[in-house]
Amino acid sequence: MSVHSSTIVNKPKKEIGFWRQVWRQRQLVVLSLPVLVVIIFSYVPLWGWLFAFFDYKPTTGLNVFANKWIGLQSFHELFTDAYFWRGLKNSLGIGVLKIIFSYVFSLLLAVMINEVRVTWFKRIVQTVSYLPHFVSWVVAANLVFVTLSPDSGIVNELLLKLGIVDNPISFMGQPNLFWLIVALTEVWKNAGYSAIVYLSAMTAIDPSLYESADIDGAGRFSKIWNITLPSIAPTIKTLLVLSIGRLLSVGFEQVYVLKSASTTETASTLEVYIYDFAMKYGQWSKGSAMSIFNSIVSIVLIVGSNLLAKRLDGEGIM
Amino acid sequence: MTAKTAVPSKQKLGLFSTKTENLIFDTVNVILLIGVCIITLYPFLNTLAISLNDSTDAVYGGIYLWPRVFSTKSYETILLKSSDVPHAAMISALRAVIGTLVSIPLSMMLAFVMSRKDFVLRSTVTKLVLFTMYVSGGLIPTFLTYRAYGLMNNFLVYVLPTAISAFNVLVMRSFVDGLPYELIESAKIDGASEYRILFGIIFPLSMPVIATIGLFVCVGQWNQWFDTMLYCSSKKNLLTLQYKLKQILDTASSMTGDSVMADAAASSASEGSGRVTTQTIRAAMTVVSVVPIACVYPFLQKYFVKGMTLGAVKG
Repeated sequence: MSVHSSTIVNKPKKEIGFWRQVWRQRQLVVLSLPVLVVIIFSYVPLWGWLFAFFDYKPTTGLNVFANKWIGLQSFHELFTDAYFWRGLKNSLGIGVLKIIFSYVFSLLLAVMINEVRVTWFKRIVQTVSYLPHFVSWVVAANLVFVTLSPDSGIVNELLLKLGIVDNPISFMGQPNLFWLIVALTEVWKNAGYSAIVYLSAMTAIDPSLYESADIDGAGRFSKIWNITLPSIAPTIKTLLVLSIGRLLSVGFEQVYVLKSASTTETASTLEVYIYDFAMKYGQWSKGSAMSIFNSIVSIVLIVGSNLLAKRLDGEGIM
Repeated sequence: MTAKTAVPSKQKLGLFSTKTENLIFDTVNVILLIGVCIITLYPFLNTLAISLNDSTDAVYGGIYLWPRVFSTKSYETILLKSSDVPHAAMISALRAVIGTLVSIPLSMMLAFVMSRKDFVLRSTVTKLVLFTMYVSGGLIPTFLTYRAYGLMNNFLVYVLPTAISAFNVLVMRSFVDGLPYELIESAKIDGASEYRILFGIIFPLSMPVIATIGLFVCVGQWNQWFDTMLYCSSKKNLLTLQYKLKQILDTASSMTGDSVMADAAASSASEGSGRVTTQTIRAAMTVVSVVPIACVYPFLQKYFVKGMTLGAVKG
């Protein structure tokens, strides 16, 4: 940020004082007022973290001090709750699996699209593969349930016809398949869209690199491996760091619409557990404690992964 | 970025000549990509076919890309028989339009002040906006805070909290940054107020980025269902189309694992009542909520590559 440069530029004016300057720019201050929306809807909820330390009753509104102080009791209850640990396990499992799958598949798709030489075909593939990103998870879940249905879903029909299974599998009712289904539906919905970033990084690669590789007689795989991938390595790294930061927010909406009663054991992520728990049983203090835990872990992950990125090649992304 | 090539020059080590290798590579690549397109599109087309099929016939399965017994009954049921779905669609459309109209001016105002290097509070405002990308109050504290604001069962909860997204503001700011600063300076010499500079000069010049972000906000609003479930689920006339679809999904997903749905539908079919089953209704609802997206998709596609890459390099 060029905060310093602007103060240097304004140095002669500096003696007129900060508040005078603010007054002079009052029209810009008025135009900054939308920042109040950010404060009201994004920062005030941080005040809600206090709810975790009180026996919170919603009737008291934001006046948290009208409630009884219970200190760290919510956190104690939380960390001794087996369902909390199950939620953490599911969140981490789904998070890691999703990162791996979306990485591999969006990168693969980008490389494949990049290798297509026929422009109109390239454009069609791109148009089609972006599409699912723009429908809601509710719509996506409906499509997934239909496609994987044991009654007439295409996947089961194909498996039956090819003789791979004897009886249709009810994919959405299998707890041990749930993580995989979340990862794969994520790929179906977003891999095409995530590929855009890689593709645009690939367009910046110097064509002369490929030309000289051609002269050396390099094959297609060799060019992908030795030129394309190393050239977009910074982009790959940036996106990886960003997604590690989001590890624990594993797409609440997605999991919520894909889960069913029979998959609770593996589908109840931290966020799902928080939601069910707080909303159904009114355990607001414990719910707030869990939200705090989630936020803090996320911040630690973001900062940690950024430090790691810096360590790896002396360059962070923030 | 030194490109090393593993293969020594002039001596091919592979099984095939370069030309054959290229041909095989391209063929396999194209076949795989066609596969990707089929996997992406099939669920949509399949659902469309089911929605246009006769409901009692659909129970027997085996509908792929084309309806077997054509019928528009499911659409008639959801769109004409009751006002529930049309009303929900209207709420969805309202939140999409109003949400965009609220979000765009507010975001542009912030983008404008954040791009003004002479503004004393610039870094404060920038930090306040950027910080929200990393920290949020979390589900429950946010819910309780909004409830304390009196936003339960209130249309405002659809449009206000999401009005400013740090990401959108960043994209807008980098666009405004790219406009020549002399425009602002000369307008100032002419005695124009900051409001006039923003709404009279910057706004019209920023139409490309406004169209991009506007479409994104609009589609995002249309697709929202979670806030309806959290804040407005007990108020019938504030339910959105996506939430209705979610309710239908719930009744269907509770039946996964066995063929209860098929049995129930088959028995209703044997009664000869010609009742419309959940399966075709669900499909029709899905189609109805996708159609608006499909309509704006060509415009979306035109713009989003730019927006996406702008965001990735983080303005």
